[in-house]
Amino acid sequence: MVDFEVVALEPTDHPESGDEAPDFTRPLVTDEFWEDRSLSGLASEVDGPTILVCTPMIGSYPGTYVWEELHERGWHEEAGAVVGVSISTPYAIKQFLETTDSPFAVFSDPQNRVAEEYGIVNDLDGMAGLDEPRPAVFALDANLTVETAWVAEEWPEFPPYDDLESELGF
Amino acid sequence: MSDAPDQDSAPALTLYRLQACPYCERVVRVLDDLEVPYHSRFVEPMHSDRDVVKRVAGVRTVPVIVDERTGVTMAESANIVDYLERTYGDGERPASGEVSS
Repeated sequence: MVDFEVVALEPTDHPESGDEAPDFTRPLVTDEFWEDRSLSGLASEVDGPTILVCTPMIGSYPGTYVWEELHERGWHEEAGAVVGVSISTPYAIKQFLETTDSPFAVFSDPQNRVAEEYGIVNDLDGMAGLDEPRPAVFALDANLTVETAWVAEEWPEFPPYDDLESELGF
Repeated sequence: MSDAPDQDSAPALTLYRLQACPYCERVVRVLDDLEVPYHSRFVEPMHSDRDVVKRVAGVRTVPVIVDERTGVTMAESANIVDYLERTYGDGERPASGEVSS
């Protein structure tokens, strides 16, 4: 057995339950097109919580696994909306959603400013000039008040799907 | 980079466009000149991937505009420019000699 330790990440100062999550506008990418959308606009339109899912970039295995898992669990049928945030370009995101037949939409944020505003920047060791959000899940109500927040404390770490589902009543 | 203006409050006109497509830029220029607010939807270059455009307009070419104010959906930049000038211009049509092809 290989002996190694999972990397522990530094503590973060991210929005917690009861806080108002920062609003932002970015191109929201579906399997067909992308257009500027605001998180607040989206959250106010849907019936049920808006789940914001931050994942590593398209092409990484954690990014792929998280979206496949959420698809299998049918979160898109449970929540008001499930949207991602990725530093990947709209082209890469669209292709990923299309080829995986994914029902989700993902905000494209190549400069990682959303992660900065949420306090969850993950610097990628060995990739100069490139950082991305730490894996995270925020459940928001129509006014962007945080109902549930999970942010990775290790690298890699996957969302505690079962716990989140019971907290959200899925 | 500051956040773009909130486009959820939906301008009535939606433009389906492709990055760096001169025909799309031509339409953008006219929209800007006429100060018509619009909402951009970007599609991919791959012609066969433009199902949304096909569904909306019956063709896979861009640009396409959807004007909810008038119920008009239209393809072909020359037609679109003509329509925009007629609908949102000051009513004066440029002389035909001044229209670039």
